[in-house]
Amino acid sequence: MSAISIWMLFLAVGLGTFTLRFLFIYLFGKIEMPYWLSRALRFVPAAALAALVFPALTHPSGHLDLTLQNFRLLAGLGGAVVAWRTRNVLLTILVGMALLWTLQAVFGM
Amino acid sequence: MRINKDFIDGAHGALPILIGVIPFAMITGVAAVSVGLTFSETVGMSVLVFAGASQLVVFQLMSTGSPWIIMVLTAWVVNVRFTMYSATLAPYLQKLSTARKALLAYMLSDQAFGISLSHFVATKEEMDHRWYYFGSALLIWVAWQISAIIGALLGPLVPTSLGFDFAFPLSFMALMFAALRDRPTVIAALTGGIIAVLAKGLPYNTGLVLATILGIVAGYFAESLSFQHGTLQ
Repeated sequence: MSAISIWMLFLAVGLGTFTLRFLFIYLFGKIEMPYWLSRALRFVPAAALAALVFPALTHPSGHLDLTLQNFRLLAGLGGAVVAWRTRNVLLTILVGMALLWTLQAVFGM
Repeated sequence: MRINKDFIDGAHGALPILIGVIPFAMITGVAAVSVGLTFSETVGMSVLVFAGASQLVVFQLMSTGSPWIIMVLTAWVVNVRFTMYSATLAPYLQKLSTARKALLAYMLSDQAFGISLSHFVATKEEMDHRWYYFGSALLIWVAWQISAIIGALLGPLVPTSLGFDFAFPLSFMALMFAALRDRPTVIAALTGGIIAVLAKGLPYNTGLVLATILGIVAGYFAESLSFQHGTLQ
């Protein structure tokens, strides 16, 4: 990516994100959020994050790999247990990375 | 004096959560450098966007060569949760000029929202909510920016052969589990995740947006069904 398109990217993401943060603080008392919208928004984090996580584990190098050779899938499942029990970002990263490095060191290459 | 006390209370309330904020911001800084961003781009993004999960999403999409518009759309989708925070905090952040509202809104983070709202709900005594929120949000913002800069400086020392990009899905995973509150949210996540896997082959990573939308729809209808049966679990 060129430097210009990188800065345009940050500007677009930043302005959009600011609007999302500002919108309802600004509109308070002027307009109510429709009920269906507030219900739908509740599902955004779960759906969006799962849509990012699942393919990153099943398609580590761009194609589907559900074998035991897919270390990222195995390490990711281990990380999922930690994430599920602790909901702690840092601990999940540490355990998942440690599992990946262990698998690569023991069974890799 | 009242005002200063609430500001300091807010900063004090945010202090424990910095244990989570600082490493996450450093990881974001390291990750930015690992996908080839310069130091000034890393700091610029950190200030312009100031939303770690969406920044990591952009890095992952950059590393897989996704088109510009997909990166922007996906980052917005990841940050849509801020509308919920904004709507929830809005009653507490009124009687301010538009510029001040904009400043408070810019600093809104998962952590500032969580700390402020839980304090507002639990505290009966009179207080200025705006100053409490400002104290917690500002401390988190400053800690985030400093840590991201440290991360960007450390970034070049981290070898790429370690597979550090795997930290992205791992961090999203922890955030995802934190978002699973009841059966409808689990259904939203499973639908979004499975469709994303099936739609992986679609051009320009459009499967990601499609999967997210269908996941939201699935969760919405699952909740409607549970309302009809009179239970939420």
